[in-house]
Amino acid sequence: MTEVSVPALSLVVLVGISGSGKSTFAARHFRPTQVISSDFCRGLVADDENDQTATPEAFDLLHHIVGTRLRRGLLTVVDATNVQWEARKKLIELARAHDVLADAIVLDVPEEVAVARNAARPDRAFGPHVVVRQRKDLRRSLAKIARDGFRRVHVLRGEEIDGAVVTYEKAWTDRTELTGPFDLVGDVHGCRSELETLLRELGWSVTPTGATHPEGRTAVFVGDLVDRGPDTPGVLRLVMGMAAAGTALVVCGNHEQKLVRALDGRKVRVAHGLERSLEQLAAEPEEFRAAARAFMDGLISHYRLDGGRLVVAHAGLKEAYHGRASARVRAFALYGDTTGETDEYGLPVRYPWADDYRGRATVVYGHTPTTEPEWVNNTICLDTGVVFGGRLTALRYPERELVSVPAERVWYEPSRPLEPRTGRAARDPGVLDIGDVDGTRFVETRHGGRIKVAEENSRAALEIMSRFAVDPRWLVYLPPTMAPPETSRLDGYLEHPAEAFEEFARTGVTRVVCEEKHMGSRAIAVLARTPEVAAKRFGVADGSAGSVFTRTGRPFFGDRTAALVDRLRAAVTPLWEELNTDWVVLDCELLPWSAKAEGLIRDQYASVGAAAAASLPAALAALESAAGRGLDVGALLDRTRRRAANASLFRDAYARYCWPVSGLDGVRLAPFHILACEGRATAVTEPHEWHLDLLGRLDAGILTPTRHVFVSLDSPDERAAAVAWWEALTASGGEGMVVKPAGHTPGRVQPGVKVRGREYLRIIYGPDYTDALDVLRRRFTGRKRSLALREHALGLEALERLAQGEPLWRIHEAVFAVLALESEPVDPRL
Amino acid sequence: MLLTISTTLRPATDLGFLLHKHPDRVQEFGRSFGTARVFYPEASQERCTAALLLEIDPVRLARSRGSSSPDFSLGQYVNDRPYAASSLLAVALADVFRTARAGRCASRQELADSPIPLEIGLPALPCRGGPDLAHRLFEPLGWRVDAAPVPLDPAFPEWGDSRYVRLTLRGEVRLADALNHLYVLLPVLDDAKHYWVAGDEVDKLIRAGEGWLAAHPEKGLITRRFLGRRRGLTRTAFARLAEVGDDVEEALEPPVEEEVAGPLGRDEGGEPFTDDATAGPAPGEAFPGGASPAGAVPDEAFPAAVPAGVPGEAESGEGEGEGGSEGEGRTPLNTLRRDAVVGVLEEIGARTVIDLGCGSGQLVAVLLTRPSVVKVAGMDVSARALALAARRLRPERMPEAGRSRLELFQGSLTYTDARLAGYDAAVLMEVVEHVDPPRLTALERVVFGAARPGHVIVTTPNVEYNVRYEFLGPDAVRHPDHRFEWTRDEFGAWASGVAGRYGYEVVLRPVGGDDPEVGPPTQMAVFTLAKGGAR
Repeated sequence: MTEVSVPALSLVVLVGISGSGKSTFAARHFRPTQVISSDFCRGLVADDENDQTATPEAFDLLHHIVGTRLRRGLLTVVDATNVQWEARKKLIELARAHDVLADAIVLDVPEEVAVARNAARPDRAFGPHVVVRQRKDLRRSLAKIARDGFRRVHVLRGEEIDGAVVTYEKAWTDRTELTGPFDLVGDVHGCRSELETLLRELGWSVTPTGATHPEGRTAVFVGDLVDRGPDTPGVLRLVMGMAAAGTALVVCGNHEQKLVRALDGRKVRVAHGLERSLEQLAAEPEEFRAAARAFMDGLISHYRLDGGRLVVAHAGLKEAYHGRASARVRAFALYGDTTGETDEYGLPVRYPWADDYRGRATVVYGHTPTTEPEWVNNTICLDTGVVFGGRLTALRYPERELVSVPAERVWYEPSRPLEPRTGRAARDPGVLDIGDVDGTRFVETRHGGRIKVAEENSRAALEIMSRFAVDPRWLVYLPPTMAPPETSRLDGYLEHPAEAFEEFARTGVTRVVCEEKHMGSRAIAVLARTPEVAAKRFGVADGSAGSVFTRTGRPFFGDRTAALVDRLRAAVTPLWEELNTDWVVLDCELLPWSAKAEGLIRDQYASVGAAAAASLPAALAALESAAGRGLDVGALLDRTRRRAANASLFRDAYARYCWPVSGLDGVRLAPFHILACEGRATAVTEPHEWHLDLLGRLDAGILTPTRHVFVSLDSPDERAAAVAWWEALTASGGEGMVVKPAGHTPGRVQPGVKVRGREYLRIIYGPDYTDALDVLRRRFTGRKRSLALREHALGLEALERLAQGEPLWRIHEAVFAVLALESEPVDPRL
Repeated sequence: MLLTISTTLRPATDLGFLLHKHPDRVQEFGRSFGTARVFYPEASQERCTAALLLEIDPVRLARSRGSSSPDFSLGQYVNDRPYAASSLLAVALADVFRTARAGRCASRQELADSPIPLEIGLPALPCRGGPDLAHRLFEPLGWRVDAAPVPLDPAFPEWGDSRYVRLTLRGEVRLADALNHLYVLLPVLDDAKHYWVAGDEVDKLIRAGEGWLAAHPEKGLITRRFLGRRRGLTRTAFARLAEVGDDVEEALEPPVEEEVAGPLGRDEGGEPFTDDATAGPAPGEAFPGGASPAGAVPDEAFPAAVPAGVPGEAESGEGEGEGGSEGEGRTPLNTLRRDAVVGVLEEIGARTVIDLGCGSGQLVAVLLTRPSVVKVAGMDVSARALALAARRLRPERMPEAGRSRLELFQGSLTYTDARLAGYDAAVLMEVVEHVDPPRLTALERVVFGAARPGHVIVTTPNVEYNVRYEFLGPDAVRHPDHRFEWTRDEFGAWASGVAGRYGYEVVLRPVGGDDPEVGPPTQMAVFTLAKGGAR
């Protein structure tokens, strides 16, 4: 048995003459989708696997498929003769372009065997001379294939071919099986004493040659252990001991790389603190120097940990390079990306790769000293410049807690002052990329699976978002649409609470809350305790401390928004203590309806009322005259009278929700749901009782309470009482009520259904809708209900991402998707 | 909805012969959109009145189109069609009084050929443009017009008047002419979009307008509105979002100018009203005088430079819009601005240009005529604007060489976008003022920080100049979508701030006569990437 061991992610190039059994070999050892053969591609582009004139285009296709698979991180096997150097060279370039390793497997069979096999196949019409030529090429290749650039060349002959077993080697960077918990430590730079202090602070017991943690934590060093500081050998001794004992992982920093070259006697410029390491190591015994050299030389570019959720590299790593192996991956991991510019101190300007980072894995790195570590798109730099008199910082993972100790002194003068990231390279969290939102998208949600957004809808949302929406840093949530219950069969009603209760009872909900539905405009209020909190938590540093926006993300009142936010912040003051938070997101209704929708009311509703009031009396007069002449207009006259009455009820229905507002006087807000606060997506975690109780205790003139009743669905009495409550509410002009499960209910259960009052529905279905109930009952709520579920899942996802401090683009992705779904064609009257 | 036609002809009851409807009967005409009935509230020898009452049930009307139709709109049910004298009434009238409209009356042909005393009553006539327009349309046809505005809601006097008038027309007019006047002018005054009204043809207009339309002083407006009111029957995703947000769709429409003419100001075939499946308001009609939200006037209406101290010159603004004609010898401001931008692009020798916020593609069209420009990209956030641009530029009809120079795509100035990078010059012509001030930093970052073209040309209104436009109110902006308008100092401060932050040099220039007191109507900043600044 011959073992052929290839990297788990690699390009495997089969080499062998026609008839050498490559396809058979590939089929035996690899999945059919992993094997891309030139014959197959020739067939695709020519309908004939043996049409040699199609060969160039067949290979174009083959290279395209191979490239796509490698980019997506899939092991790929190329089944072609590959006996010529040019053919193999192209494939190796392809592997390098995708930063994966390439192995060759050569099947070296005697010419006669191949010729005999070809002769037995009717589709191989070419003569034996072709095989002879290929055999010649292969022989020439075998002499120097080792220099082609393959990681390894496996040559199989005779028996070995049939007896071979293919095994997979895990990449060195793949430590995904380690799940931590980890203590990730920033650039140490020879500051042994601070390192020991930090480790003790983190709960480690430390000796000069090792450290262990009582809870079995693993330390992960982001590199640059050496240079500049006072005791590089001491740091190495400690960390080498930890690594050997398995309590620490270390990735290579640029300083280790250079130090190894210097120790090897290579020509390097001795600067940036290298001189100190060399000096200190010179004082150490030879064995230690050799061990340290070997240790540093063996450090690898980056690690993937915790199932791929955590990536550690000295200078960070963009997502395309995670788990890949190539010179440029190593260069990126050690030195980062640069813009090609140099700053006023002559140092390279680093390209802010983290601003563009959109990967799912958390990336932890060092390399660039900053005053304060900050999360940028789920990446964090832990280098807080201890050797320059800053701090030594560690990140606890998965807790995501930062722990740091100050430098004992300035050990090395920085060549440029430490400062927060500024200038063009600084991150601006207010800027998102078009790639975060455009095109057809699939958004993964915790509470509703994967949700699709069609391109047409993304396009509509892009326009609304760009032209009208508030700053995306405030736009952390958009409310979902809400469906009505099944249509009521009760005489005179289109909607009735009975169907809502029935629906929830059917899905296993035992208790619901009925909340008064305020007739205003849906409003989301994002409130920070202070402008400083706004800057720190939301990245909004313009002095504002919150925002109030509509269900399509638009501000309510241009320059009055700040005043509204201030009033609301004052009104919710008790929540800061109560929720132990510095910010809160509230779901509300803003009243009156006319405050926001006056244009719509005038253009649509009042216009209809005015036209009706002008024309129906004239029609009535004409009909009465005609009746007076003895003409038979009786039925028409009755109908017109009823229409006139309906039109008047319609006018009263909209006018009820309009009152004049001057400045903010007259504006009221009815909060009914605390969506999220620090660390908690309360919309998911807390029942409605909690929300209504907390909000009900707020007492401020600008707030209006939300009346509500709880209903145990198994109690007919409670149901009847709630129906009576609804009838009273709507009879006195209320819009209706919203029935919700008493707490967040997983699964395909509507988060709420709205039961609207009889008079209110005139605004929706027109003045005469009560005369057309037979037609209107044929309405289809399926789409609306499906949409409500999807938007609800996206909304909760945005809140979860917000509460957990995920990057802005992740929050925006979910919020944008809600807006996009809102542009789906659904009957807006539902 | 009701229409009454009265006469004091002797005997007045001859009206029954002329209309081919017996005064003592109630006649019913079922139509797909409702039921029309003709009856006579009065029928004496002295005075006879015929009433046409059209009953429309919007619920059944909407439903009859099939519940599978995705083009729902709240407006379909809550709709003034049952009450107001809209185009539906015009259609019913044309239908019910077809013979009378043709001027035929076997028993009273002489009467049918003569002007008779008529009084026509429409209690609720939608009249976009106000009572004044009703006067302008009917008076030249020999009518005495009484058009009383109907208030929106007496309980909310601050809301003002509705778009309806109570219209009474009196005059000595041939009955057939009167019916044709109504048939054409009701929809013209209404000027609304009707999702369920199928397209009308030019033929119908020509036939109904025979003998009077050609000489009518407002024939341009009549023709445009009569044919132009057809809207696409499919509502876009964008329109649905407007509804969700409690907005009137028009208020969200993109600020794009729409010229019906082709790229070089001429459309093949000379027919100005082709292909209007997505037609919006024609120039000058987006915000008819008086009714506009912020007293805005379409850009085309702005004279380039009003000589200082000649008050009243600019007052023709609204008329300009409606009529579409510019004063002789004066170039419209938007043309001057475009010329200025093209001039700068030539000066700096830009070979690749991206127009950020290209609207309907006017600048792109001009740039495509310049051989020195090898690549032109137009980006806009509005899908509708891009559709207009594609219609203007017709890339599918361009030869391969031309098409490869052009690229149109949807994008946004508040999202970084790799497609914006790599151009010699980027143009932001009348764009920044459509961005909310707090979002400007994002725009700066996207354009100057991420795309980093060699040059950026920005134009924006100079608010100081607004005093020269007398038709603009004291605090009015030039377009309702303008989020701000800057003084010269404000623009200068912004420009130098941006230049400093992003490593550009900037020069400011006037566009369109530099008024000694208030400066030019448009201001322009030309940014150039500083040497050594990385692309």
